[in-house]
Amino acid sequence: MLWALFRRDLLLIARSPAIWLPVMFFVLVAALFPFAVGPDARLLARIAPGIIWVAALLASLLPVETLLAPDVEDGSIDQLIARGIALELVCAARIAAHWLGFAVPLLAALPVAGVLLGLDAATGLRLGLALLLGTPALASLAVVAAALTAGLKGGGALAGLIVLPLALPVLIFGVGSDVAGAFRLLGAASLVALAVGPFAAAAALKPE
Amino acid sequence: MHRYANPTRFLKIARVATPIVALLGLALTAAGLWIGLFASPPDYQQGESVRIMYVHVPAAWLGAGGYMSLAIASATALIWRHPLATIAARAIAPAGAAFTAICLVSGSLWGKPTWGTYWVWDARLTSMLVLLFLYLGYLALSASEAEKGGEQRGAAILALVGVINLPIIKYSVEWWNTLHQGSSISVANASSKIAPELLTPLLLSVAGFSFLFGAIVLMRMRAMLAWARVDARSRRMAEALA
Repeated sequence: MLWALFRRDLLLIARSPAIWLPVMFFVLVAALFPFAVGPDARLLARIAPGIIWVAALLASLLPVETLLAPDVEDGSIDQLIARGIALELVCAARIAAHWLGFAVPLLAALPVAGVLLGLDAATGLRLGLALLLGTPALASLAVVAAALTAGLKGGGALAGLIVLPLALPVLIFGVGSDVAGAFRLLGAASLVALAVGPFAAAAALKPE
Repeated sequence: MHRYANPTRFLKIARVATPIVALLGLALTAAGLWIGLFASPPDYQQGESVRIMYVHVPAAWLGAGGYMSLAIASATALIWRHPLATIAARAIAPAGAAFTAICLVSGSLWGKPTWGTYWVWDARLTSMLVLLFLYLGYLALSASEAEKGGEQRGAAILALVGVINLPIIKYSVEWWNTLHQGSSISVANASSKIAPELLTPLLLSVAGFSFLFGAIVLMRMRAMLAWARVDARSRRMAEALA
């Protein structure tokens, strides 16, 4: 069942014309910073990990309004409940699909962003590993926020307000990934978010 | 606990309790602030600016304690479906956010003469700022849900997710802080040894602020129950006319 749900979610993401939006957004934000702080290569290389993490965090929030709200509105969620499928399962599948939908293209675009910001190969590789470890937590938080704001006015902005403070640990451990232990802490933060996320999102989706 | 979940019984108790709690809070706060601002000696190191502490410390305690009580009320609302717990959570949140903001502002005003700057990215300051953001997220979600009507389950879940995340945030901020700079400024050292002349007004104002917080929450809960009653009555009247 989990597999079928996951395949459906993935197909929906893959077929939507918005699939490239988070990646393009990510590269654009990375390209925006040299214009904002000046083209000094040393400064850019120093702040590049931070820029890339903030861009990734914002990119994970970009599709938040289409993650669950359409399924709540057209009754798909009600149908799944009526068939006796656990909402936790639905949300877990959605987290996995959202992660594949935004994090994998984002990792593919990382070299482009890295070149734009003058990142050296070793730092870029470490950053890629950190993103691989940390983005599942961002996907989980985005799905929780999508569940909390489904059907509310201004859901997108609201989701941003909800997720940003909660994503702070991931950001801190992600950017500090050159320090010993940061990878483990980042992995731990991701595991906690993945463990709690499906249950929190399902509780929020449950009809009253 | 279920005994007190009845809004009518709650209102009967709250009507008596509100003025007592409010007056007690005002009296204790006035005593604490008067001793603190006029009758206590200045600190041998910080001078007169130490007096900000009598506002800052109680506000910090209520900002943090307010979030705990918000989480407890939200858990109660989710598990036992108490309608009063939902109202309590909605009453606590703006008060807690306000005290968190007072704590940040008073701390920053104290920081200017003492540290020479309004803001440092100290672990405690940063955690408090994140706490304010958590409050603001809760308030925005709760307001949006109230507009739609319903039980406010989303806001309650967010409060619980926030309380799970709070220790992780606190730990990560401390880790981040030690990573970037040695902690040149430690807030903890300033108050580790406190003279009894300074402790008395501090305890008085902490107690006073806490009672005031309780009074604000009670007043807000009563006002929300009254609004619900007005809504129900006007709906009944509209139905009778239709």
